[in-house]
Amino acid sequence: MTPEDLLYTKEHEWLRLADGTGTIGITDHAQKELGEVVYVELPKVGDTFDAGQTFGSVESVKAVSELFIPVSAEVVEVNPALADSPEKINEDPYGQGWMIRVRLRDKNEARGLMSARDYEEYTKEE
Amino acid sequence: MSDYKRTPLHALHHTLGARLIPFGGWEMPVEYSGISKEHTAVRTAAGLFDVSHMGEFEIHGRQSLELIQLTTANDAAKLVDGQAQYSAMAYPEGTVIDDLLVYRHNREHFMVVVNAANIQKDFEWITSHNRFDAVIENVSDRVALLAVQGPKAIDILQPFVPQQLDKIGPYHFARLAVLGVDAIVSRTGYTGEDGFEIYVSAEHAESIWNAILDRGRPFGLIPAGLGARNTLRLEAKMLLYGNDMDETTTLLEAGLGWIVKFDKGEFIGRDSLLKQKQEGVKRRLAGFEMPGRDIARDHYPVFVDGREAGRVTSGSPSITLKKNIGLAYLPVEHASVGSRFQVSIRGRMCDAQVVPTPFYKRKER
Repeated sequence: MTPEDLLYTKEHEWLRLADGTGTIGITDHAQKELGEVVYVELPKVGDTFDAGQTFGSVESVKAVSELFIPVSAEVVEVNPALADSPEKINEDPYGQGWMIRVRLRDKNEARGLMSARDYEEYTKEE
Repeated sequence: MSDYKRTPLHALHHTLGARLIPFGGWEMPVEYSGISKEHTAVRTAAGLFDVSHMGEFEIHGRQSLELIQLTTANDAAKLVDGQAQYSAMAYPEGTVIDDLLVYRHNREHFMVVVNAANIQKDFEWITSHNRFDAVIENVSDRVALLAVQGPKAIDILQPFVPQQLDKIGPYHFARLAVLGVDAIVSRTGYTGEDGFEIYVSAEHAESIWNAILDRGRPFGLIPAGLGARNTLRLEAKMLLYGNDMDETTTLLEAGLGWIVKFDKGEFIGRDSLLKQKQEGVKRRLAGFEMPGRDIARDHYPVFVDGREAGRVTSGSPSITLKKNIGLAYLPVEHASVGSRFQVSIRGRMCDAQVVPTPFYKRKER
């Protein structure tokens, strides 16, 4: 279930690295815990964040959850589909439900993130 | 979650794919197929809820009514046999111990239904004020409670009972056989929709649940959890104890003056509430909408004229109205319809406006 090619945070975000950019979303485990997403608040292109900072929030019917950026980065693209179809986060969390694309400040930072196997262990213990 | 109590239907909820969460000391189903879907089913067809965590007390004896009159604010003397009444217990200060339903079987036999988290507190309170000959029995663990809510509820349930259900009016009940099992069928609920609540002994809960589910599916009935129950009750502005009122708010501040009957005689809290009524309340629970896309959640701080004035007590997207709604205590001069204030949402000040309540009212059929 957990894609092998992604990296994961303890706050349940995922990061896909390719060609010097990273794509960020929340995990299947996270969307299940939240339930139906009704609204996502995302940053603007050009916003910069330090690793671990809040970059937005995701609201379900019953709860709100803050989004934490896995690595220090500048936002280069925001998923335009989520404004009108936030349910894509539930339906396809690793695909169409992606949230932002970023340029990493320091690729080495990603080394501190979890592999798919580590993340699965982590969610079992949690 | 082994420290939590379980209803007689616990295993069934697992089978049905429910997500279970701790609630009021119980492990309860919060959703099965999704809150929005369950919510919409109740508004348009029907939903089936397990609310067996609720507490039930049987009160017997010649002076049962006197005990109920002393400990509750509404006028239980107005009840006839087979009638139920929304009421509340107050402390001498007028603040809320619990809200509850009083059922009158007959002059010497009542049932009181209380919130799960308050069962022990309420039982001790009523017992400690029993200077009458009444006998109070906490039967909560033996009684299961199923709620069938929605416009199709009556059609779904009719074949299971030997009596015409449309003869049971709102806030009335009958003791009758459901699938041959002794039950109390009550035309009450916590959703703002027509529907019934069925009290049965715990060992029969599963067979009745399954029968209702099987017959109800073709009507659009689905199992519904506490998540949908919360969004449904909020749209109907039915209050949630512990959120919208508690031991720090009075019945009048909570907008429950309509169940405070000063002319019925003595009851606990009467003097304080009468004084507050005469002086006027300083704050009042008000319903509000957020004009933007911001969702005010439980406990978010509320600001009036830039000053913190209280907290959101319940806040959620309204699935029926497609708006973001909530309840909050506001200074009374800012609590009238049209008044504007702000809710602090993770550090941002977001506009809110007082609106008429209930947010949702069903159309008479």
